[in-house]
Amino acid sequence: MVANHTISILVINEAGVLSRIVDLFSGRGYNIESLTVAPTIDKNYSRVTIVTQGDDRVIEQINKQLNRLIPIIKVMDLPTGDAIETEIVLAKVYVTDETRAEIIKVADLCGARVLDITDKTYTLQLVGDDKQIRALGEMLRPIGVKEFIRSGKVALSRGNQFANINLE
Amino acid sequence: MGKNDMYTGAQILLKSLVKEGVKEIFGYPGGVIIPLYDAIYLQNDIKHYLVRHEQAAIHAAEGYSRVTGKCGVALVTSGPGACNAITGIANAYYDGYPLVVFTGQVGLDQIGNDAFQEADMIGITRSCCKHNYLVKDVKDLARIIKEAFHIATTGKPGPVVIDLPKNILTSKATFSYPKKVELVGYKPNYQGHPLQIIRALELLCEAKKPVIISGGGVLQSGAHKELTELAQLLQIPVCHTLMGTGTYPADGPKYMGMLGMHGNYWANNAVMKADVIFAVGTRFNDRITGCLKTFAKDSRVIHIDIDPCSISKNVKVDIPIVGCAKNVLEAMLKRVKDKNLEAEINTEARDKWFAKIDEWKQKRAIPRVEGTKLSAITVLNTIYEYTKNLDPVISTEVGQHQMWTAQIFKFNKPRSFVTSGGLGTMGFGFPAAMGACAGVPHRPVINIAGDGSIQMNIQEMMTCVDYGFKVINCVMNNGYLGMVRQWQEKLCEKHYSETKISSPDFVKLAESYGALGIRVEKEEEIIPALERALASKTPVIIDFIVESFEMVYPWVLAGQPLDNVILSDGCEV
Repeated sequence: MVANHTISILVINEAGVLSRIVDLFSGRGYNIESLTVAPTIDKNYSRVTIVTQGDDRVIEQINKQLNRLIPIIKVMDLPTGDAIETEIVLAKVYVTDETRAEIIKVADLCGARVLDITDKTYTLQLVGDDKQIRALGEMLRPIGVKEFIRSGKVALSRGNQFANINLE
Repeated sequence: MGKNDMYTGAQILLKSLVKEGVKEIFGYPGGVIIPLYDAIYLQNDIKHYLVRHEQAAIHAAEGYSRVTGKCGVALVTSGPGACNAITGIANAYYDGYPLVVFTGQVGLDQIGNDAFQEADMIGITRSCCKHNYLVKDVKDLARIIKEAFHIATTGKPGPVVIDLPKNILTSKATFSYPKKVELVGYKPNYQGHPLQIIRALELLCEAKKPVIISGGGVLQSGAHKELTELAQLLQIPVCHTLMGTGTYPADGPKYMGMLGMHGNYWANNAVMKADVIFAVGTRFNDRITGCLKTFAKDSRVIHIDIDPCSISKNVKVDIPIVGCAKNVLEAMLKRVKDKNLEAEINTEARDKWFAKIDEWKQKRAIPRVEGTKLSAITVLNTIYEYTKNLDPVISTEVGQHQMWTAQIFKFNKPRSFVTSGGLGTMGFGFPAAMGACAGVPHRPVINIAGDGSIQMNIQEMMTCVDYGFKVINCVMNNGYLGMVRQWQEKLCEKHYSETKISSPDFVKLAESYGALGIRVEKEEEIIPALERALASKTPVIIDFIVESFEMVYPWVLAGQPLDNVILSDGCEV
């Protein structure tokens, strides 16, 4: 059964490691739905979070193939719904006198913050899951959304599981 | 620290190779690696062989590795030199042979500026090597070389590329070769899981119709003795993949030969009808599975492989064992002996199974006989019979002659058959044979070739003449790219699109290189030609003029079930 999976990858923070990962996905025909990467608290390591799709066999192969790359330290497949997941979206919306109040209402309703105001635009920020972010988009669309930029998902396993190595 | 303790990158590189025990390298100089060639000129520890094309340097290093078990080393310049090396690197990657390939690079300050002879080798080789490095600081060079040899030769072996910017070769640093490597992200698993081993043995003992598929991993880990002993103790018939040739003695009991697209009918049939398939060190490539949907449909599969990616990639595995074939088979053998497991085998069912396989053995391929020219099959049979007691290394190019060689030649030990399996590289055999000559100078080296593939790296005749590599090239000259022609005959209504191919006069060509050329057109000329070739002090081309339209049988068409075998013209099983 094809399902969304969030793959959390701990890598050595060195030049070219991201292209190794991306090349692996494109070369073997795997899909990348979203991708985020940034250093961990220890700058020698980075965390890559990839949302991908596939049946069990494909996801198993992705995990194994990633593990085969030398600068990759740990790969975790975080099952959707069983991990803490979050994403940021920035949305720039046209405002007119007629829509000004409505946009504020939508922002309130969705829990978005207003980061920037000009006479013609509002820029909103929402931190949430996929559903909440898509809901915001749907509500803003008829009002006139100019830009809608998603960060891609970051995720963490719940409870006592750790994906970090001992970062001593 | 005195001035004398500082070395250039070029010197550090050579000192590191000496520390790794490297005695021979294959290469070709060029602009940016002049400093390295200068250092080579000034030392005597390492012998450099100058090839005539960079692709051949990599194939030669792989051939060397295949027959010696050591890591092959090659050296090429930047840009075109490095790009020419790609096919060789990809070939070693697919078949899993250890290489360290040094590629020149423009200076660090020029990288990315489209400098003369610049190519992004890290980007280009990423998908066809096990790992690659761009050296950015001469202080890292010794550590990188240490890591490269470690990565190339451990786990599933493979090529590692080290890209060397010009200024790294001339910058200076102190030299100390690291004693060990520290790679947090690379820890291949060598020991099989004990519980999986117990489960695998239970399944094998209760199996009524088991088979073993022995792959290249058995050869790589040197597990042929363990595999042979285990197969015989547990009474399991053995077939092998192309890369597994020589991992089970051809004169051993219950030997079924090669399976796959051009494998034996009985081997294919046994695998398809087996209740337990025990696969060791094989990737289950489409050339051995045929149609995946029908493969191992009703059987349970035990799979040992050092590369977890190989497990359940193509064929769903019931008992996976990640580990080195030698260690796992040793552990299995110990348990069989400790627990006297051979007593648990259902011998009655096994006898029936062996009888069934013997019955299938009656169905043999029937070669196409027509025309008046020599048959390549006859030629190869004669070469095999004449040379089998000389402990030869047999290499091949890719095509019909390769499959006939795999079918006809019997090997009782590994590291005797050198052929391009996964990538299927025409032009591999000759330079690989050249590398084999450097690796095992005391053994005769015979390259079986076609008239198409020999022309892909024919320039290496000169290298062979220069260094006295006495490769005996036996060209099955049928005037066609035979394997593609065979497919066109069957699948394209005999539209021989661009497969008729002409050749130079190979005898004159050999002579112009200073080598021995012999033409053979009659059966009685074969043995005298081989006698002359084996006695020759120079490399040899024997131009066997053979029939154009011979076919490789047995043949399972691509995508067909493995037991859907064509045994002869107009006869499918």
